[in-house]
Amino acid sequence: MNPVNGIVRPEEALMPQAEGLSRRGLKAEGIDLAGRLFGVSATLEAGRITAICGPNGAGKSSLLQCLAGLIVPDGGGVTLDGQPLPAFHPQQRARAIGYLPQAGEVAWDVAVRSLVALGRLPHRDARSEPVEAALAALDLLGLAGRPVSRLSGGERARALLARVMAGEPRWILADEPLAALDLAHQLALLGHLRRQAERGTGVVLVLHDLALAMNHADRVLVLEQGRLAADGAPDKALSAEVVGRIWGVPVRWLGEPGARALVV
Amino acid sequence: MTRPVPLLLLLLAPAFALSLLAGRVWIDPAATPNAALILAELRLPRSVLALVVGAGLGAAGAAMQGYLRNPLADPGLFGIAPMAALGAVASFWLGLEARPWALPVLALAGAGAGMALLALMAGRTASGTSGIALFTLAGLMLASLAGTLTSLAISMAPNAFAMSEIVTWLMGALTDRGWGEVGIAAPLTLAGLACLTAAARGLDALTLGEAVARSLGVEPQRLLAWLVLGVGLTVGSGVAVAGIVGFVGLIVPHLVRPLTDRRPSRLIVPSALAGALLVLVADSAVRAIPFVTELRLGIALSLVGAPFFLWLLLRMRKGLA
Repeated sequence: MNPVNGIVRPEEALMPQAEGLSRRGLKAEGIDLAGRLFGVSATLEAGRITAICGPNGAGKSSLLQCLAGLIVPDGGGVTLDGQPLPAFHPQQRARAIGYLPQAGEVAWDVAVRSLVALGRLPHRDARSEPVEAALAALDLLGLAGRPVSRLSGGERARALLARVMAGEPRWILADEPLAALDLAHQLALLGHLRRQAERGTGVVLVLHDLALAMNHADRVLVLEQGRLAADGAPDKALSAEVVGRIWGVPVRWLGEPGARALVV
Repeated sequence: MTRPVPLLLLLLAPAFALSLLAGRVWIDPAATPNAALILAELRLPRSVLALVVGAGLGAAGAAMQGYLRNPLADPGLFGIAPMAALGAVASFWLGLEARPWALPVLALAGAGAGMALLALMAGRTASGTSGIALFTLAGLMLASLAGTLTSLAISMAPNAFAMSEIVTWLMGALTDRGWGEVGIAAPLTLAGLACLTAAARGLDALTLGEAVARSLGVEPQRLLAWLVLGVGLTVGSGVAVAGIVGFVGLIVPHLVRPLTDRRPSRLIVPSALAGALLVLVADSAVRAIPFVTELRLGIALSLVGAPFFLWLLLRMRKGLA
């Protein structure tokens, strides 16, 4: 079904409800990618935070870029609500999926508001309300006129996330959005992402910090040398046993659920 | 943010009027004999051509800097200007310089061949993750090859007269141009400006890098096509009527950028206006400076441009640019 514009396509109307539901979401089916990913399948659900973890070179960023439609896999494919990503018009795909890369490049020293407004490009409009809403949500209204070069690392990361949010995507795919941030800013940014998820946005994050994934994700995908090694709730997918096997480091988890610490 | 467009228009109006009067002989419309004829047939087309050539170079420079995300990029990087020059040189070499249509037509053919080669290379480079860097290197090779072939044509010129003609023409000038040249350059430059405007949104998206631009719905091949067409038409027609006029495409966007909000799309029109102003003023200046022979426009702009470029590099090293 398509509740957004009320159009129900015939093949969907005829389909049993359960099957119709199973088509929703961002779905990777047997993705193969030139020596980097091998047969990775996963159905990601909207309204949740999914973390992608794994050692260096496991293929996390490649998987994220496949999910964002930026890389077309050699084998398998990605579907969004049942439709293959390459079948979307690029603008249409861009309105549905927001992508935040690891290196937050900003080539020109634009003001924060101009930067955030770039998120509206897929909509081909100049609506200011989503831009202002994103600025407000990330506490950037006071910095809106400041050039990007004069932002701190945390402010810059917030501005780049606000750019994604200004596009009002149904999916936010972010590669290591927390890597350059101190603890307080990490938690603040995770709070913003959680609020987006609560509004029904699908949030997919590549995370290096296993404790952040354990405490803040609803689901964790663990990649090992391009293969999906574990998939499930954080305490299962990132259990001490799994971490020990895949990262090759004996570890223990301490503390309460939601506030666990990794001890090596 | 100041608004550069009204400011530049305000500067262009008196500069244009002055350019009509300036020259080896200053015209006093009331006193000079045949003033109307000189204005209509000599000064006016030359000034209009200066506007057209400058606007094309300025806008192409702004678009190239946006595309390469580099304030030191120049429209010459794609190799279109050297290819157009090569076409023009071929007309001397073939002994066709007596036919007024031959030079611009062959120069445009050279620019067109350059664009076609770039399109071929784009098909093989723009799809990868480092597409822009690869494509630019390919463009540089094209520029280098065209430059070498031009040198070859000069060294093998059929006679000394042809050689001196080629060398002089390559220096770039607007001397003795008429409405015919305006008729060639103006429509092509306007079409080129339209193509560059079509690329503007994609250039904005590129501010955040190639991957994000694609995630924002930009199609790299389509963006590149508009850009190659736009730069090809503006720079190609500029070279066809004026020879090589360097540094305008490099300096102008850099001077205009601080007056804008620094978004590449907002730089194209002001750069066109500022390029028009710079070439108009420079051409008026070379006409008015009393040398024995008129200082070539291309030489004058390079004399100003090269030190400026050097200063720019040093300033960037200090992290101020």
